[in-house]
Amino acid sequence: MNITINGKETTLAENPARTVESLLEELDVAQRQYVTVELSGEILERDAFGNTPVQDGDALEFLYFMGGGR
Amino acid sequence: MLTDEQIERYSRHIMLKEVGGKGQQRLFDGRVLIIGAGGLGAPIALYLAAAGIGTLGIADADDVDLSNLQRQVIHFTPDVGKPKVESAREKMEAINPAVRVRTYKEWVNAANITDIIRDYDFVIDGTDNFAAKFLINDACVLAGIPYSHGGILQFDGQTMTVKPGESACYRCIFPEPPPKDAIPTCSQAGVIGVLPGVLGTIQATEAIKFLLGKGELLTNRLLTYNALRMKFREIPLKRNPACPVCGEHPTITEVKDELDALTVCDLKS
Ligand SMILES: [Zn+2]
Repeated sequence: MNITINGKETTLAENPARTVESLLEELDVAQRQYVTVELSGEILERDAFGNTPVQDGDALEFLYFMGGGR
Repeated sequence: MLTDEQIERYSRHIMLKEVGGKGQQRLFDGRVLIIGAGGLGAPIALYLAAAGIGTLGIADADDVDLSNLQRQVIHFTPDVGKPKVESAREKMEAINPAVRVRTYKEWVNAANITDIIRDYDFVIDGTDNFAAKFLINDACVLAGIPYSHGGILQFDGQTMTVKPGESACYRCIFPEPPPKDAIPTCSQAGVIGVLPGVLGTIQATEAIKFLLGKGELLTNRLLTYNALRMKFREIPLKRNPACPVCGEHPTITEVKDELDALTVCDLKS
């Protein structure tokens, strides 16, 4: 299946059990415990990661903490 | 009224139809607070002084360190050991003696931030730790003062402008700070020296546009930049009804220090 992650088309093996939580693990996403996930324009509550399925055509944005400045 | 000297100084501004003499006067009547006189704060302070923002506040408790000079272009080698706000003030006044520079040689905290920001039209976050970033967000949202968020790390940067009550705030995206030391800081993970130049200049641009009332602010959008891949991206955002400070049922109704998020970044930033 094809999804878009941070603007980039990505092809993943079919997996009907895939959730946002398992996807973060599968892709070894940086700051996995803290990353904010936007799914189709909506910010997902962290509690919902485990029961939100990832479906063909989904567009996800991973938003990372960046604490530097000085 | 602008003097002849000012008309000449700002001539490249005044010839822009979005600025003109009126806009230049607005800039001169404007008051912008820069929190952090480091990587982001350096280009912000220099450009805003050059642009003729009439009142500029700059807050930072630190002294200039040799390791700052790779990116904090407002501080020069002979400034090592000097308070950053003093070093910054000297350069800002040298560029533009008409600008009133107010220095705050202190870290912002829940006890002082509301009093400091209330004298300004726009605030810019140029800090290097989550405690300060969340504090600035909360204080500006609660006081209704628009501000620019900026964050950098290694080769990446992000920035967004917050108009309280109108656009998404920092907590709409990141409800809580990460635990202390969970996310590396510049002093631990490094930062390419030119990076804050790019991000800080964008933040300064937002302040100028806000004062002029021209163009579109970077609201409801997070602009991300990666210097290695030389890519800018824009992530559309909207206000989060569950936001703890600007949502429908806010749990944060007064500023508080995020003690768990205090980092050691300021040791050698
Ligand atoms: Zn919010």
